[in-house]
Amino acid sequence: MLVLERRAERSVVAALASPLIAVALTMTTMALLLALLGRNPVTALAVYFLDPLTDGYSLQELVVKATPLVLIAIGLSLCYLANAWNIGAEGQFLIGAVTGSWLAVATHGTDAGAWVLPAMLVLGALGGALYALIPAIGRVRFGASEILTSLMLVYVAELVLDYLVRGPWRDPKGYNFPTTAEFDPVATVPILIEGSRVHLGSLVALAAVGAALVLIGRTLKGFEIRVVGAAPRAARFAGFDADRLVLLTFVVSGALAGLAGIIEVAGPVGHLQPGFSPGYGFTAIIVAFLGRLNPIGILVAGLFLALTFIGGEQAQISMKLPLDLTRVFQGMLLFYVLACDSLILYRIRLTSNRRAADGAR
Amino acid sequence: MGLAEAIVLAVLAASTPLLIAAAGELVVERAGVLNLGVEGMMIMGAACGFAGAYITGSTLIGAACGIAAGMALSAVFAALTLGLAVNQVATGLALTILGIGLSGLIGAGFVGERIVSAPHLHVPVLSDLPVIGRILFAQDAFVYLSIALVIGIWRFLYFTRGGLVLRAVGDNHASAHALGYPVLRIRFLAVLFGGACAGLAGAYLSLAYTPFFIAGMTAGRGWIALALVVFASWHPGRLAAGAYLFGAVSILQLHAQGAGVGIPPQLMTALPYLATILVLVLISRARATAGSAAPASLGIPFVPDR
Repeated sequence: MLVLERRAERSVVAALASPLIAVALTMTTMALLLALLGRNPVTALAVYFLDPLTDGYSLQELVVKATPLVLIAIGLSLCYLANAWNIGAEGQFLIGAVTGSWLAVATHGTDAGAWVLPAMLVLGALGGALYALIPAIGRVRFGASEILTSLMLVYVAELVLDYLVRGPWRDPKGYNFPTTAEFDPVATVPILIEGSRVHLGSLVALAAVGAALVLIGRTLKGFEIRVVGAAPRAARFAGFDADRLVLLTFVVSGALAGLAGIIEVAGPVGHLQPGFSPGYGFTAIIVAFLGRLNPIGILVAGLFLALTFIGGEQAQISMKLPLDLTRVFQGMLLFYVLACDSLILYRIRLTSNRRAADGAR
Repeated sequence: MGLAEAIVLAVLAASTPLLIAAAGELVVERAGVLNLGVEGMMIMGAACGFAGAYITGSTLIGAACGIAAGMALSAVFAALTLGLAVNQVATGLALTILGIGLSGLIGAGFVGERIVSAPHLHVPVLSDLPVIGRILFAQDAFVYLSIALVIGIWRFLYFTRGGLVLRAVGDNHASAHALGYPVLRIRFLAVLFGGACAGLAGAYLSLAYTPFFIAGMTAGRGWIALALVVFASWHPGRLAAGAYLFGAVSILQLHAQGAGVGIPPQLMTALPYLATILVLVLISRARATAGSAAPASLGIPFVPDR
């Protein structure tokens, strides 16, 4: 029979190999699933994962879609390292988009200057941070499960957004569509490379990766976060305040998610409308785990999951494959990542039934 | 039919899926496992239940398909969390994402189709009694089953040896293991039971509540079921009270919207979610002074030492 055995030390080889094994296993399962759906798995997987890498437009799109994923996942990784379970990043993402858009709507059609966009970004980050503070305070002050409260707030955020764009913020010239007016140029995130869709937000995401690297690897706060998550008892003896770290990591991750939200709306989307997010906040959870909660890993994982979004869209157009396949892929990937991660801490050993029984005696 | 009677009927119908899913999760958590994938198992139950009923024309087979789908997903969860000692929170999330995706794939061919809604009980004379007749003796099988389920779980947990062992495993897996109880096997069975309940709850939605399937039709009910378990302090009796309370809140907001109260409909729709948050905070605060009622080993992986 198979038994789990704790490794004496974390296996470095397994730590590097586990995400790769997980991706390979997911691809294999996807191939089986595609065959079941009556498609040629090789062509379908090529459309999903290779075609987007071969033309320039898709490569730009890859960067555009990876930007919010990486930004959100960096924040989430801090939470998860500290053992604080923020799973409502989608809500913080939406609220950040809403609070930032407020200024764009308020200054629409006026001759407001270049200060609008920076102020919008600050408002977005602030909105996301405050929204994340609700579940964090719920946990720290009242002991309410932050998992459930942060998730409930996603539904609330969707409804807030829906209310605003159908009501007070609706574009009067928008033929009754639930959307705000197109943002003014001063309220739009500038394009980075002329003639492409790659925007300044991608640099912000890179900066977040760099900042997280320094925070986790080189500062006392980063050390506290890791200790509180990995060894809560040791953290108590060291006098680290676990509650304050929960608040801190939630605020930081909420701010990053909110920032990603307003960048997305003021950048690639250009106006606020319901359903502008294809679930970035949830996919970012997968990005954080696939990247092994490491900033560089998250950067790579973010690009990879962006690929699944683009590949999924292309497969829908060219092969009529359902878009839900992308979500199936993402869910499956998270399963395999988690399973493979277990191999870093444990080794699986094959023992005969008899020896196992002897051991028990 | 009077308005009060209509409201009671609607509340019963809205509460039943919450009650079934939460009852299953209660048993899972009592065994010390936190399965956050209820939403995913429920939506799969809804999709597979509808598919089964549509193809065969039988509500019973549909319900069985829903149960099977929930159990299949929960078996994957068990393989990871029990077999490989993987973090239960993250695995539950993966289960939800996967379930939503898979249900979309399976349900895509059935969107827009309709089936005959699950039949309601009809007892001569009794069902025709004024007021209580329709409420007590003319429900569909799911409603009666949900009540039987809660009573059964209550009897099992507190009055049988098996229930005692299950609670012991949830409260202190190391001691239960030392006493010779097969911790992982008991947890595996509990997780499967939870999956079956979640699948059945989903099937109720697409077979009886609204006899059609649309993507994402569970709309967070799985998460509310999880919150209900906390609300109930892991006790079946309080669970039933909580489920009916939440059913009442969701029906109330529908009626208020219908009556054209001058409140944005989005705020009314948000009410069940806001109520969940408020209740979680209040309950948790009250418990902070009285000591936690959660099973002590909840969410902690168990790897037997050899």
